[in-house]
Amino acid sequence: MSTLVYINSRNGIAKNAYEAITYAKKLGQEVIAITTGNADDSVLATAGEYGASKVLVDRSVATDDAQQLTRVIANAVESTGANTVVFSNEIVAKSVAPRLSVRLKAGLISGAIAIPEGDTVKVNVFSGKAFGNVKINSDKKIISLLPNSIQPEQTGSACSVEEFNGNAGEAKIKLLETKKPEGEIPLPEAELVVSAGRGLKGPENWGMIEDLAKELGAATACSRPVADIGWRPHHEHVGQTGVAIRPNLYIAAGISGAIQHLAGVNGSKVIVVVNTDAEAPFFKAADYGVLGDAFEVIPRLTEAVKKFKASN
Amino acid sequence: MKILVCISKSPDTTSKIAFTDGDTKFDENGVQYIINPYDEWYALVRALELKEANGGTVTVITVGTAPDDAVIRKALAIGADDAVRIDAEPTDAYFVSMQIANHAKENGFELVMTGKETINYNGSQVGGMISEAMDLPFVSLASKMDIDGMTATLETEIVGGIQIIEVELPAVVSCAKGMAEQRIPNMRGIMAARTKPLNVVAPIEVEKLTSFNNYTMPPAKSACKMIDPENMDELVALLHQEAKVI
Ligand SMILES: Cc1cc2nc3c(=O)[nH]c(=O)nc-3n(C[C@H](O)[C@H](O)[C@H](O)COP(=O)(O)OP(=O)(O)OC[C@H]3O[C@@H](n4cnc5c(N)ncnc54)[C@H](O)[C@@H]3O)c2cc1C
Repeated sequence: MSTLVYINSRNGIAKNAYEAITYAKKLGQEVIAITTGNADDSVLATAGEYGASKVLVDRSVATDDAQQLTRVIANAVESTGANTVVFSNEIVAKSVAPRLSVRLKAGLISGAIAIPEGDTVKVNVFSGKAFGNVKINSDKKIISLLPNSIQPEQTGSACSVEEFNGNAGEAKIKLLETKKPEGEIPLPEAELVVSAGRGLKGPENWGMIEDLAKELGAATACSRPVADIGWRPHHEHVGQTGVAIRPNLYIAAGISGAIQHLAGVNGSKVIVVVNTDAEAPFFKAADYGVLGDAFEVIPRLTEAVKKFKASN
Repeated sequence: MKILVCISKSPDTTSKIAFTDGDTKFDENGVQYIINPYDEWYALVRALELKEANGGTVTVITVGTAPDDAVIRKALAIGADDAVRIDAEPTDAYFVSMQIANHAKENGFELVMTGKETINYNGSQVGGMISEAMDLPFVSLASKMDIDGMTATLETEIVGGIQIIEVELPAVVSCAKGMAEQRIPNMRGIMAARTKPLNVVAPIEVEKLTSFNNYTMPPAKSACKMIDPENMDELVALLHQEAKVI
């Protein structure tokens, strides 16, 4: 028996794909990766370093059309005889994994955060406020792993890459345009995030947040009211009704830490809170707190990071 | 255009999260249920706007039991024309999706809209599952949508940016922030909702592919270490040496 891992190689292979391969490897079966698109063989072969025995690539599929990807993966399941499919629970997987579940009649666990114990898998529920232990009742299983839940482990060497015809059918979704801000680190993938809220008083004050983010190599985020009033773009809104993130470091300046905000960031490994109000609820969720004015603390922190980088 | 909007109930965002029966059941004691915000703010409101612009009907559907009627009535008060409740406990995403897909197929809906995910189970599964069961295109995480005839143009979130795409209806769309602004029901809407049709439909036979065994709470966070605001070098040193994140 084998485990099939879907990896998105559209823009190179992201860390979360290596996490998924590492996870699959830990399930104890042979791991085969499946992908689509035009990535170089040498890039795809790196899947082997994390435990894949080979990579199947269907080069005929050019977009992320969920219907096409579902057919390709289902056909790969059939041709490899895999009984388990692993995804990283990122944007493309969120549209493909549920479709695949119906197509294969395979139970889907989305948002897994740990290796299965027996036949149950731990998932995040209630926006990270609790965990659920879920069991899959079907023979075929699909697990979609929350990004940044486990560390990728490089254990092997490059593997072979084989062309695969997944009979994708035609794309029903026509791509008209892609807009990607240059040079920005995508928030859902970021390991370090600098975020700010209404305490910054106006969009003109975000320069210091961007400076700190740039110095750290971090992505920027914001609280919901800040996005709602148009100080920052919608895609930066984190929380229960925005993006849920799990970076290694989350720095929050001028954010009160309302329960709905925490719901989107409580998976962060380390939280730093900068706030003028000692009673701000965010301090209860923080690892490090700075009771002070963001307008003074943030530029000072940026200088300290600069100094640290220069001496390391 | 016949639009079907999938509605899930979810606990109010400030609800205390606790479990009963040996941690196998969500403790509903004192919990106020609301319409899942993604379903309400984005899917339902955009559906109503599309109807207002292009004509048609908006039906809301939920899989749930009689107490959920209050939540459905709120969707009617916001402006949906009628409602369907499939009379069953919504046990897993597959079960729910098969019920909705079956109803949508039998009643010729041309556009099925869902929220991006529920805020209780965060599964993000139902839209994709319905689309596969109906063999329709699935547009996930749409932040804008317009319709011209049977062609929909949408903006969707992708990693690090957005995409603009086009799809021929029928299709299934999951809705994220940006689609619409929240609407507060007015008195007239609330009165009208009382007499709008709410059809209770028997479920079809579907197996459960997954089951929740039990729940656990995250470990308590250790106390926050306070840093002198004058001394950011100390914070950087701690982040490097103690937390090991930079
Ligand atoms: C259903 C629902 C869903 C929601 N979803 C989300 C969500 O997804 N994400 C989200 O963020 N919110 C969400 N909210 C809103 C949430 O309840 C809060 O209103 C919001 O998070 C507050 O944003 P804020 O912290 O930026 O602003 P405020 O609450 O106004 O807090 C500003 C903070 O800045 C501090 N401050 C002021 N000046 C300074 C200074 N100079 N230096 C340092 N600190 C300063 C203040 O002490 C205060 O703590 C939701 C609400 C509801 C009802």
